[in-house]
Amino acid sequence: MSRRDALLQLVTLALVVAGIGWLIANVADNLDRQNIASGFGFLNERAGFGISQTLIDYDEDDSYRQVLIIGLLNTLLVSVLGIIFASVLGFLLGVGRLSRNWLISKIAMVYIEIFRNVPLLLQIMFWYFGVLRNLPSPRQAINIGDVMFLSNRGFALPSVSFMDGAGFYGLALLAIIVTAIGLRRRARKLFLATGQIVAFWKPLGIVSLAVLLLAGAVAGLPFAADIPSLRGFNFRGGMSVIPEFVALLLALSLYTAAFIAEIVRAGIMSVYQGQREAAAALGLSHNRALSLVVIPQSLRVIIPPLTSQYLNLTKNSSLAVAIAYPDIVSVFAGTTLTQVGQAIEIIFITMMVYLLLSLLTSWAMNRYNARIALVGQN
Amino acid sequence: MSATWQPKPARPAPTHVVGVWGWMRQNLFATPGDVLLTIIAALALYYTIDVVFHWAIIDASFSGTDRTACLKEVQGACWPFIEAKFGQFIYGRYPEAERWRVDLVYLIGFVGLVPLLVPQIGWKRANVIFMLGPFPIFAFLMLTGGAFGLVAVETTDWGGLLVTLVVAITGIVASLPLGILLALGRRSEMSIVRSLCIGFIEIFRGVPLITVLFMASVMLPLFLPDGVNFDKLMRCLIGVALFSSAYMAEVIRGGLQAIPKGQYEAAAALGLGYWRVTGLVVLPQALKMTIPGIVNTFIGLFKDTTLVLIVGLFDLLGIVQFHFTDASWATPETHITGYVFAAFVFWVFCFAMSRYSIFMENRLSTDRD
Amino acid sequence: MAQPIVQIRQLNKWYGNFHVLRDIDLDVAQGEKIVICGPSGSGKSTLIRCINRLEEHQEGTLMFDGEEIGDGTKSLEDVRKNIGMVFQQFNLFPHMTVLENCALAPMWVLQMPKAEAEAVARKFLERVRIPDQADKYPGQLSGGQQQRVAIARALCMNPKVMLFDEPTSALDPEMIKEVLDVMVELGDEGMTMVCVTHEMGFARQVADRVIFMDAGEIVEQNNPEAFFANPQNERTKLFLSQVL
Repeated sequence: MSRRDALLQLVTLALVVAGIGWLIANVADNLDRQNIASGFGFLNERAGFGISQTLIDYDEDDSYRQVLIIGLLNTLLVSVLGIIFASVLGFLLGVGRLSRNWLISKIAMVYIEIFRNVPLLLQIMFWYFGVLRNLPSPRQAINIGDVMFLSNRGFALPSVSFMDGAGFYGLALLAIIVTAIGLRRRARKLFLATGQIVAFWKPLGIVSLAVLLLAGAVAGLPFAADIPSLRGFNFRGGMSVIPEFVALLLALSLYTAAFIAEIVRAGIMSVYQGQREAAAALGLSHNRALSLVVIPQSLRVIIPPLTSQYLNLTKNSSLAVAIAYPDIVSVFAGTTLTQVGQAIEIIFITMMVYLLLSLLTSWAMNRYNARIALVGQN
Repeated sequence: MSATWQPKPARPAPTHVVGVWGWMRQNLFATPGDVLLTIIAALALYYTIDVVFHWAIIDASFSGTDRTACLKEVQGACWPFIEAKFGQFIYGRYPEAERWRVDLVYLIGFVGLVPLLVPQIGWKRANVIFMLGPFPIFAFLMLTGGAFGLVAVETTDWGGLLVTLVVAITGIVASLPLGILLALGRRSEMSIVRSLCIGFIEIFRGVPLITVLFMASVMLPLFLPDGVNFDKLMRCLIGVALFSSAYMAEVIRGGLQAIPKGQYEAAAALGLGYWRVTGLVVLPQALKMTIPGIVNTFIGLFKDTTLVLIVGLFDLLGIVQFHFTDASWATPETHITGYVFAAFVFWVFCFAMSRYSIFMENRLSTDRD
Repeated sequence: MAQPIVQIRQLNKWYGNFHVLRDIDLDVAQGEKIVICGPSGSGKSTLIRCINRLEEHQEGTLMFDGEEIGDGTKSLEDVRKNIGMVFQQFNLFPHMTVLENCALAPMWVLQMPKAEAEAVARKFLERVRIPDQADKYPGQLSGGQQQRVAIARALCMNPKVMLFDEPTSALDPEMIKEVLDVMVELGDEGMTMVCVTHEMGFARQVADRVIFMDAGEIVEQNNPEAFFANPQNERTKLFLSQVL
C-alpha cells in the first residue's frame, strides 16, 4: 500500500471518528436538556398497555422486555407463514408462467405484473381498510358452514382441544414418522444395492392406517372441536384471528409471490433445453428428468435470490405498523417508544434484531452456496 | 450424367397443426389435463372479469358532488370521490393559484428526461449535467418559492403525487453519487475504507426502510446541535437517500465486477492514476451496464415512498388515506375506490419503468455481442 | 433381408407453417452406419431427432425395432432407452461427476445396482479412453473429453442404435480427431449408427451409406465410394465442392 493510501485511510478514519464523536456529544447534550433517560433500564419497567395478539402469556403488568419478545414472535409468525404461502403461490405462478397452456401462462403473467408493480403498503391497506374492515359486524358475519365466521373483528375459526388419551395419537404419529424414515432408508439402500425402486407411499399408507386404527381402538376419539359462536357483540370459543394479521399475511404473500414467481421462472429457464433433451434421450421419464436433472440445477440459480426475497418479506412485515398489527416495529419502536421516549436505544434494538436476522440468513446462505457451487463452471 | 434436382414444393401443414384450431389444440387443449386446466382457468377468468367489470362500470357512480351519489343499493366504484379530490391527490394542499409552478417543474423535468432515456438521442452529457445541476436548483426554487416574487409554500403543504415524485427522484439522484463512492470503497484495497463501506452497506440493507425513517424522523433531531433542525420532508429525504444508496452501491458494484480486468490494466498502462482510470474508463462502462439495475432500484424506491405516510408525510397514498376521513364522502366503497385509483397511478409508473428496464437490458445484451 | 431397425415412410414435419421434412423414406439396417450431410437448415438434425421423438412428426410412419413411434407410443422411455444420442453441445449434467453422469440412467432406467452401474460406467469410460477423469465434473474437462464422456454415457445404456447430432461441430479442431477415433472404433465393433456430420473423412472411412439432404428432402444416397467419386446430382456436386 502506498504512503498516500495510508494517509487517506487515516484521514477517513479520523473524519468518521470525529463525526461520530460530534454526534455523540450532540446526543448527550440534547438528552440532558430534554431530560430523557438513557440506558436499557426501561426494559424492566411495566409496559401498561394491552396487545391484541400474543403468542405467549402477556398482560399489562409485564415489562417492556416482554413486549419486545411478543413483538418479535409476532414478526416471526407472520414472516414464516408469509414465506410458506408466498413460496407455494410463487412456485405455482412461476411454473404456470412457463406452461405450454397459453391461458395459464397469460394469467400468471398478468398476476405478476399487477402485484409486483403496486406498492406493498398500498396492498396491505387495501386488504385491511378496504376489504376486511368493510366486512359485516359479528352479528351479520359471513357464515361458512356454521364453523367459520368472517366479520370486521377478524376470523373466528374452530379449534380442537385434546382430552385424556390423545397421547395415544401422539404415539401413533411418532410411529408413522419412524416408519417413514425407515422405509426411506430401506428404499435407498435397496435401490443402491439392487437397483430396485421400492414402493414407499403404499406401505407407508397401510402402516399409517393400521396405527391410527389401533390408537382409535385403544383410546377412542379423545378430541373435542371448539366451534365459535356469537355471544353478545363478538364470537366466543374456537380460535380468533385478528384482521390485522390476515390483511398483513395476505398482502405479504400475494406481493412476494409475484417476485418469487419471476425467480422460479428464471431458474427453470436457466437450465438449458439440451439438459432436458439429454435426460429424455437416456430414457428418463419426465418426472425423473425433473427431479434428477432440472430441479437440482435450477435450485442453484433460484436459492440465492429466493433467500433475499424471504429476507425482504421479513423486513416488509414491519409495514404492520400502518395497520397496527402488533409486530416488533409496531409495539416496540411504536408504542413503547412513544411511552418511554428513549428513541436511540429502542431504534437501535429494533435495527439490531433485523440485522441479526439478515446476518444469520446470509451466513447460512453463503455456506449453502459454497457447498453447491458448480465445479469448473466458466 | 448428372440430374438436376428440383426441390419438392412445400405443402401447407395439415390443418390440425396450424390455424386457429391447430393453435388452440397445441396451446390450450394439448392433453386431457390441459383441457381441464383451461376450462378451470377460463371460468376463474370469466368470474374475475365479471366482478371487476360490474364494480368499475355497471354498478359504479360517475357523477355527483358528495357521498349521496354513491349510496345505491348495489354500489360499485365511487368515481366522483376521485374527481372531487383529484387536485388534492396530485398536488396535496399546494395552493391552487400556485399549482402552475408544480406543472412547470413537471414539464421541464419531462422535457429533460425523455431525451435522456431514448438511447438514440445525443447530447447525453449536457443533458445529465442539466438534470443534475440547474434543474434541481430550479425545481427547488420553484416549488418552495419565497424568492423572485414567488409566494413561499411550506413543504407541509406539499402532498400527493408531488411528494411521491420529490421523494423518489431526490432519493435516486442523491443515492447515485453516494452509491458510486460506497461501491468503489467496497472494492478498494484500503482496509479501513473498505470495512467502513461494507458496514454501512450491510447495515442499511439489513434493516427495514421504516426503521430508517423512524430514525430520520425521531433520532435525527437528537443527533444535531440545539437549534439546528430540518423540516420533516428533508429528514425523510436524508433517510431515503442513505437507505437507497446502500442498494445502489450493490447494483454498481455488480457493474464494476463485470468490467474485464484488461480494461483496468490497459488504462493503467497508459499512465492514468486511480481516479482517472475509474472516472474515464471504468465507471462510464459500469454505469451504462447497470442502467437496468438502477431503474429497478428506482422502481423499488418509488414504491417505497409510500412508507413516508407512516411518519406523517402525505404522499399519494397518504393523501388518499387522509381524504377517507372526509365525512362528506364516507361510503362503504370510498376506501376501495381510493386505493384502486392510487394503485393504478403507481402501477402505470412502475410498469412503464420495468418495461424500460427490460428494453435497456435487451439493448445492452445485443450491444455486447 | 432382416427387418430394418429403423423404418421411415413418407415422413413429413412442419414447424408451424414451415415444411421442414418432406416425404422422407429411410431404412436403417441392423449394424448399418449411415452418415447424413447437407447444408444447414436442410432438416438433417430434425430427421434424427424424430427417430427418438425429441421432435414430433405430423405425417407418415416411423418404426423403431418393430414398434411405431408416434402419438400412440405408450412408453416413449422404453423406446428411448434403446436409442443412444450424442449432442452437438455434449449436454452433460454439470452438477454430477463424470461417473455419476454415466451411471445415472443405468440406475434409474435399467434399475441396475449402484455398484454394477458404476462398473459399467467405468468400462465405457475406459473404452473412450478417459477412465482417470471419472470423479471430475464436466466443467473441468476439455470439449473433446466432454464429448467422449457423452458417448460413454449413451453407450452405458447398451443401445441398439446410436444417433450422433453433429458431434464435432462445437469442438476445437485439435479435439475433433479424439472424438472421431472413438466413433470409428464404435463403427468397427458393429454398432448401428446414424451420424449427422460434415466430417467427410469419417464418412469415407466408416459409413456404409452417405445421405445428402437439402430443403427437407433426401436428395441423393449412395455408398461412400460412389457418393464422393461420382455424385449423381448437381446439388450434391455443389455441396461437395464447398465442403471438401
